[in-house]
Amino acid sequence: MTTASSAGSTRRDFLFVATGAVAAVGGLATVWPLVSQMNPDASTIAAGAPIEVDLTPIATGQDIKVFWRGKPIYIMNRTKKQIDEARAVSVTELRDPQTDQSRVKDGHDNWLVVIGICTHLGCIPIAHDGNYDGFFCPCHGSQYDSSGRIRQGPAPLNLPVPPYQFVSDSKIQIG
Amino acid sequence: MSGPSDYQPTNPVVKWIERRLPIFGLVHSSFVAYPTPRNLNYWWTFGAILSFMLGVQILTGIILAMHYTPNADLAFKSVESLVRDVNYGWMLRNIHAAGASMFFFAVYIHMFRGLYYGSYKEPREILWILGVIIYLLMMATGFMGYVLPWGQMSFWGATVITNLFSAIPYVGDSIVTLLWGGYSVGNPTLNRFFSLHYLLPFVIAGVVVLHVWALHVAGQNNPAGVEVKTEKDTVPFTPYATIKDAFGVSCFLLFFAWFIFYMPNYLGDADNYIPANPGVTPMHIVPEWYYLPFYAILRSIPNKLAGVIAMFSAIVVLAFLPWLDSARTRSSKYRPLAKQFFWMFVVVCVLLGYLGAQPPEGIYVIAGRILTFCYFAYFLILLPLLSRIETPRPIPNSIAEDVLAKSKGKSAVASVAIMFALAGALFAGSAGNARAAEDLVPPSQSWSFAGPLGKFDRGSLQRGLKVYKEVCSACHSLNYIAFRNLADAGGPGYSEAQAASLASEYKIKDGPNDQGDMFERPGRPADYFPAPFPNEQAARAANGGGLPPDLSLITKARSYERGFPQFIFDFFTQFQEQGPNYVSAILQGFDDKVPADVSIPAGSYYNKYFPGHSIKMPKPLSDGQVTFDDGAPATVPQYAHDVTTFLMWAAEPHLEQRKRIGLQVFVFLILFAGLMYFTKKKVWANAH
Ligand code: FES
Repeated sequence: MTTASSAGSTRRDFLFVATGAVAAVGGLATVWPLVSQMNPDASTIAAGAPIEVDLTPIATGQDIKVFWRGKPIYIMNRTKKQIDEARAVSVTELRDPQTDQSRVKDGHDNWLVVIGICTHLGCIPIAHDGNYDGFFCPCHGSQYDSSGRIRQGPAPLNLPVPPYQFVSDSKIQIG
Repeated sequence: MSGPSDYQPTNPVVKWIERRLPIFGLVHSSFVAYPTPRNLNYWWTFGAILSFMLGVQILTGIILAMHYTPNADLAFKSVESLVRDVNYGWMLRNIHAAGASMFFFAVYIHMFRGLYYGSYKEPREILWILGVIIYLLMMATGFMGYVLPWGQMSFWGATVITNLFSAIPYVGDSIVTLLWGGYSVGNPTLNRFFSLHYLLPFVIAGVVVLHVWALHVAGQNNPAGVEVKTEKDTVPFTPYATIKDAFGVSCFLLFFAWFIFYMPNYLGDADNYIPANPGVTPMHIVPEWYYLPFYAILRSIPNKLAGVIAMFSAIVVLAFLPWLDSARTRSSKYRPLAKQFFWMFVVVCVLLGYLGAQPPEGIYVIAGRILTFCYFAYFLILLPLLSRIETPRPIPNSIAEDVLAKSKGKSAVASVAIMFALAGALFAGSAGNARAAEDLVPPSQSWSFAGPLGKFDRGSLQRGLKVYKEVCSACHSLNYIAFRNLADAGGPGYSEAQAASLASEYKIKDGPNDQGDMFERPGRPADYFPAPFPNEQAARAANGGGLPPDLSLITKARSYERGFPQFIFDFFTQFQEQGPNYVSAILQGFDDKVPADVSIPAGSYYNKYFPGHSIKMPKPLSDGQVTFDDGAPATVPQYAHDVTTFLMWAAEPHLEQRKRIGLQVFVFLILFAGLMYFTKKKVWANAH
């Protein structure tokens, strides 16, 4: 009597567990598309393809802002003074130690290409402003130098360099 | 929702909350301990199915709203980008669109059940009236939702339905202007409909809470129609009703999934794949199937105001049912006459639905009038009369007694009958585009993408693209297809590099540049196929006044009547290739020999399959016009087949994914429903 009922209850338990497990799998599989739909859609991804930028109109000491994937990219044609300043600092004293050389392309030392989004909370720093001849973020006062490195204020990191390369001396491809 | 609970939590946290907000007790008494009659049959699971569907519609609706743009210029396009570009967007849209139909399907069964078993009778009058209010809100919500895709049926449906209010004397026109927010249906109308379509489901949810509250106060009715007397008559809601409802829902999901994955356009209208055009009304305006009986009533009254009044009365009369039918016996099981008339009434409703989909002419009008009379006679003459003259059979003393004396066979027959009747109503609404009877029906061809395992033939897609590029693209745009799509999975099977090089063959207008000028540059994968004409006027001017339609959706935007009973078989065979058959037939339907009884105006051409036979497009394809590299024959039938296949892909680029996921879902659901069945049996074994 006891054995029969316990065998019955095992079978019942197995059935309940199996049904519950299948329901759980179905539930999770249903959640997947409901969440996945929030990712960037195919047209947004396609629109994020690399862009080419002609550098000829940018005179020394000037900069332009272009948009790539909805982000502002600063392209700055640095003066000799700006380059020298950026290279004069001792890297070890920086909050986010990086040499200026590692942030520009060899042979194109005057061109600084950075994503113009403050690493603090995402405001757009103003170019050619602040104490370091670089960028100044008006939101909470972060200051970046002429290499886009954080020097003062609450931001933790340097302005990031986007993936780019020179397709010719006067043309870059971002992305 | 049934008064203070004797729920005694042991967990200290739950206890702490419960003393301050007795929410666990409320849930426990409403959905766990709540006593439900033990003799409920499966028709009672539709309450749970409806709650489930409301949840599904709200959830998918919120998601669709994340991708939808309620603007007259962008709405149609945003829906297309949703189904083409958003991850699983096609699935979410199909769920929401078919979900509306499933919601109504379930609500009709729920209502007929209430009608059959007398669930509206004392003390459940308020419960019933709340149900009628929910139904009205559903109708309003469904209607406004159908407007949102802003296709031809959306636009003209909105025009016709809002114009119903113009029948009101004196203030009608002002009310209509108020509804429109303009002098015609337009952008303001779309915006407010979107807002209300988002709002109303939450209002429905609120009324559903009242409905369930009233249900839990009065207690559930049951097939015997006798009140619960002792504890022996009931079982606790959980696990008994919960598991039974869950099994009901899992079976319903199978039905639902058939539409989502295999028949997404079965319940829709091909015309709604044509963007709204305020200048052209579709040949045959049909509302969604669930409004058809009322639409038939509207049309059968030859007076505008009277028709509108009749239509609304047909719904409002339901609210008075508790007083129209004053018979003491609830369940029609014990009312021999009421039972027969109930089934006749079901048939009347189904037939009215069928008539609603037919053109309002000849025999249909007369039949409509007779059936409209029957509809109202049932409520206003028959039920009051029956309650006075009918002698009911003796009802069981208690629910427990009913369970013991259950006679199985009969209810099964009735169940099957109602299933067929309602399925018929559903199918009746699916009538596609009306085509004049004398037109030839395009022959059904064999398509590789048809059926549950259908896939596109890559070679055919690539050849079709060639035909489009070399022939069709001279006049027809392909606005929704980007070059990148050519490399998408389930498409023509090009590599990304091939798609990019194909794109670079095109000149794309871009700009303005820094000087403010527009300029041309080579195409990129993200660009869309450029249109041959800059605007509609230019297209018309170049084509003798005719506008070559955009081809992106042509295979879904064209259809033809399948007729009764063919469309019922189509549901089971998954036939939905009217569009491809039609497009292919048009391409091959040109004939220089015009039959004597057809007159073709100058600048038009004779086509066997075109409605009215006079088409502005000259014969586009002739043998040898396009050469294929893969050795496929250079013949018109081959061209037509390939370009139609290509256009089917253009209309539904995720077709393969849809069918593949559909198969997985069905395997899962069958397994799950099977497990639920045995689980339910096991649980209920304790109750018998
Ligand atoms: S966001 Fe730039 S300093 Fe805070």
